[in-house]
Formats: sequence, C-alpha cells, structure tokens
Amino acid sequence: MDMKTPEKKLGIKERYRYLTRDLAWEPSYRSHDEIYPYLAYEGIKIHDWDKWEDPFRLTMDAYWKYQGEKERKFYAIIDAHAQNNGHLNITDGRYLSALKIFLQAISPGEYAAHKGFSRAGREFAGAGTQVACQMQALDEIRHAQTQIHALSNYNKYYNGFHAFSDHRDRIWYTSVARSFFDDAMAAGPFEFMIAIGFSFEYVLTNLLFVPFMSGAAYNGDMATVTFGFSAQSDEARHMTLGLECIKFMLEQDPDNLPIVQKWIDKWFWRGFRVLGLVSTMMDYMLPKRVMSWREAWEIYGVENGGALFKDLAFYGIRPPKGWEDAGKAIDHMSHQFMLGFYQWRFGTAFHSWIPSDDDMNWLSQKYPTTFDKYYRPRWDYIRKAEAEGKPFKNFGLAKLCQCCQLPCVFTEPDDPSQLCHRQTTYKGEIYHFCSDGCQDVFENEPEKYVQAWLPMPQLFQDPVNGDLAAWMDWAFLTDGKDNGEYPGSGDQLNFDRWRGLATSNT
Amino acid sequence: MTVAARAPYDFKPRDLVENFHGKQIVYASWDRHLLFAAPFLICVPPDTTFRAFVEGPLAQLLAIDPDAAAIDWTTAEWQKGNDAFTPDFDQSLAANGIAHKELIRLRTPGLNSITAAA
Repeated sequence: MDMKTPEKKLGIKERYRYLTRDLAWEPSYRSHDEIYPYLAYEGIKIHDWDKWEDPFRLTMDAYWKYQGEKERKFYAIIDAHAQNNGHLNITDGRYLSALKIFLQAISPGEYAAHKGFSRAGREFAGAGTQVACQMQALDEIRHAQTQIHALSNYNKYYNGFHAFSDHRDRIWYTSVARSFFDDAMAAGPFEFMIAIGFSFEYVLTNLLFVPFMSGAAYNGDMATVTFGFSAQSDEARHMTLGLECIKFMLEQDPDNLPIVQKWIDKWFWRGFRVLGLVSTMMDYMLPKRVMSWREAWEIYGVENGGALFKDLAFYGIRPPKGWEDAGKAIDHMSHQFMLGFYQWRFGTAFHSWIPSDDDMNWLSQKYPTTFDKYYRPRWDYIRKAEAEGKPFKNFGLAKLCQCCQLPCVFTEPDDPSQLCHRQTTYKGEIYHFCSDGCQDVFENEPEKYVQAWLPMPQLFQDPVNGDLAAWMDWAFLTDGKDNGEYPGSGDQLNFDRWRGLATSNT
Repeated sequence: MTVAARAPYDFKPRDLVENFHGKQIVYASWDRHLLFAAPFLICVPPDTTFRAFVEGPLAQLLAIDPDAAAIDWTTAEWQKGNDAFTPDFDQSLAANGIAHKELIRLRTPGLNSITAAA
C-alpha cells in the first residue's frame, strides 16, 4: 500500500517562479517581433529581460488575498460613513470643492492608468514585467472604483459630483489631467512607464496623495481617508515598479540614457502642471489646512526628489530640466490658479470664494515674499467690487497652452508681474504655451500636440459654436447650481441647514 | 525633433481656421494687468476692423479693470506675437496681418493701479 506523502509547501521564491517566470514560454511559430511589435520603435534597447527584478515577488494568489481583505475593510467603513451621515462631519461645505476637483480630474486618471498598465503588461516582453504591470493595472482600476464609490455618497447630497466622467472630458480645468494621461497612453510602453510609473508614481505622487489624504483627515472626511489608506499600500509597490523600470532601462544599454532623460524632463514638467490643481486645493480649498503647498514642496519635492536625483546621478541622470522653473513657481501657482477659478466661476463644476481675512493672513504668513505683494491687492480689489454690488466676473474665455491645456495663468519665472507668453509656428499654424517647459515638450514632438483637443477653442466649433448655454448643457453643468460662488450656493444652504439639524434643536 | 512612431504619423490640427465657420481666433492680453488671470480668446470674423475689435469685444472684456476707462487706444503700445506692431485701426484684422490664433498684446505704461512692480 502506497503511503501518501505530504505535499511540500512551496517557498516564496519557488512560488514566485512558478506563478510568474514559469508562465512565459519561447514562441515557436511566430517571431518575437511579431508578438511584441512595440518594443523597438522608441529606441530603448533591452538585451536581457530576465534581469528585471521584482522586489515584491508578489504572486497573483497572494495578491487576491491581500486586496480582498482591504476591500472588505474599505466597504465596511464606507457603509458606516453613509449610514451615519458622515458627510456632515466635514469641517465646512467649502471642503467639497477639493473633493469635486479630485473626482473630476484625478479619479478618471486612475482609470486611465489602469488601461495604460494593461497595455504595458501586454506589450513588454519579460514575464516579471508583465506580471508586475498586470497587478498595477488591477490596483488602478480598484483605486478608480473605490474613489468613485467613496465620493458617490456625497453625490446624494451635494451638486457637482453627478457627471464627473463627462466633466473629465468636456470641462476646461480637467483637461490638464486628461491630456496628461492621454499623452502617456499614446506613447510607447517604455515612455508610458517613465510617465506614469516613474514621474507620476515616484516623483510626484506624494505631493498629490499625502497632502490630499491628510487634508481629508484634518477636515473630517473619513470616506476619503479610507480610500487613501486602501490605496497607500499599493503605492509602495507602484513606486518600486517605477524605480525598477528606470534602473532596468539604464542598466541594459548606455544608449538608453539620453532617451530616458528626455522623458524625465518631459514628464516631470507635465506632472508639475497637473499638481497646480493640488496646490490650489491645499492653499485655498481646505477649511482646515494641513500645510501650505510651499511646505509640501519643500518636503516631497526638494528633499525627497532631490535625494532621488542624487541617487540617479550614478546612472548619469540629472534633475529634470524644468526643476528650477518649478521652484520659482511654487510661491505663485496656487494664487494664480485660485484667482482664475474665481473669475471663471461661471464655468466650473465646483464652487469658489474670496478668501476671508483669516485665510489671507495665513497665506501671507506662508508666502511672505509673494502674497502681500502680488496677490492680496487683487483679492482686496475683488472683495471691494463684490461689496459694491459689482462682483468681479471675467466672461472672457482664456488662451490655453497647447501642451498642458491649462489657461495661460502663469507669470514669467523671473517677473511675477508679467504673464508668460510663448509661441511657435509649426507648418503655418501658431501654437501658444504657458511656459518654456511646455514649449519644449511640443517642439520635441509637434506632430503629436497639434492634435490637442483644447476645450476653449473647441467651444467655438461644432457642436457648441460659441453658445455658452449650449456649452453648459453639453458639459453637464447646471448654471446656478453646480457653478458660481460658494456663499449662497445650494451646497452652502444645505450643508449649514443639515448640520444645524444635527447639532441643534431648531 | 520628431515623434517616434511605427507608421507614417501625420494628423490634422484640431483648431484649423476652417472649423470656425468664417471666424478666426484672436488672443489678446494687457501687459501687467493680472486681475485678468490669462490672455483672452476672442472669436471674430477676419474682416472686423481693428477699431471694431478693440472698441467692441476687447474693451468690453477689459472694462472691469480699474484702469480700463483710462486706456487711450491710440497711444497704447501694441505687439503682435513677439514683434512690435503699429495697427491700422480702420483696416481689417486680416489686412493688419493678424492671422488665426495670433496674440495681440497691449501695453499702457504708467497705468498700473493694482499690479506691483517686480
């Protein structure tokens, strides 16, 4: 009689081998180039895909287990938040504007990243790379879903949350994030990895998520804190993938260095422009602020980013070309954005407001060299006009940057009293830019950016043809409800009334 | 430089003048007047005279600035794109060489109520 021998349990290393590397095979009746047609055209040379290291050695069975556990916790908290009117625990209804911008501009980016990593997982040749990209693709769609579910609770009570995917496609301020991801997804797999895996996930993600999630915690928003925590453990893996990818490219062939450097220059600058939205959220939209945008930049940009580029100097990588201009913009960008949002408030699916005395004093303390000199006088004038019954509204549409697609609100790096104008002519057409950084990106690949769908010029083309009311319908924006100033808005009236019911007897 | 691509890569710009039903875009900006967060996008027929352009849509948009009433259009300094420019007020935008998507800059030295000097 045969004795049944107990099955030997596999070690982590063996499991990883069986469930990743061993899943790959050498093709016999199709050539390698036919199966992986996108590997060569970007100019990146890879000699040995097996050199790809996955420090996490995560296998799919373990992945499902971890993520399933996180999902259960997440939805338990989201249910509790909904049942206990968690939306009334936020500090103030003004906080909702930060959430709306996040949902309209950033959450769809998670979904775009999901699509991008699915594609990268198919297009890369190495099994280790493919599996790592596949997991990140699943993470990204999970992030999009948890964010949408968490914020859908606010949609039951407040305006501006109802059409985020259309706002992502059709409203002007979201196009900075949309074009960022479209640009990455329209690039080859290696550039995609530098764009999203390295520049966004590694260099810039802390500047997006840490202040935003701390902001949520400071402002009593448990729903957002929860999706932040649920995503955070994935981010560590994403950052590692991004860094591993860049080192892999640089170690494989010295010819890869100039290509990688060009992509770092490009994607740092494009990412920095997306972060402009975050700077405004931090400095103006959080009723209880965590830190200023300047302070966040010091920690996550200057210190962390600086250390990273010091490490990468070993491979010949230098800090991104726009690094210095970015540093000069830090003390200005949030103010420039908020002044823009406020004066174009007829066209935003969130509310804006004139900062109070307290807000302005905080801003002048945090921005001692710029706020009182450049920005307080403008807010003072706007406030005076409002008090005189002539609220400051700019009904002009804005010139947009052909690359980042933001309104050209930025000033000259060395002259904050003068808007920065940059332009070039390509094949007989004039193109405008907000900065040298964006112009450089265009000039490296003009054929790509001439196709940019710019929301403002499009407003004068079919199907809207300059009719602002028709544009609002088309952009799912209800005038007087989703847009305009926070004081007197439906959101303010409802938040104050419901909070009153929850905290008093009248 | 050129885009890396696996096949011929040649696509139409999305903002060609023929998409604007007989009109064109003119961008306009008033130097050192930063109450206006960005240059304006104005969509007008190319046969609009320069005078009609500045006294019409441009003046309307600038009116909310405290310096607007004091602008003297004739002594103002103008720039077209990166170059100094002397407009002929009674000629059309086209005759003034203002092409589709051209940026017109207006400078009014001494008129700066709000913007601090750098």
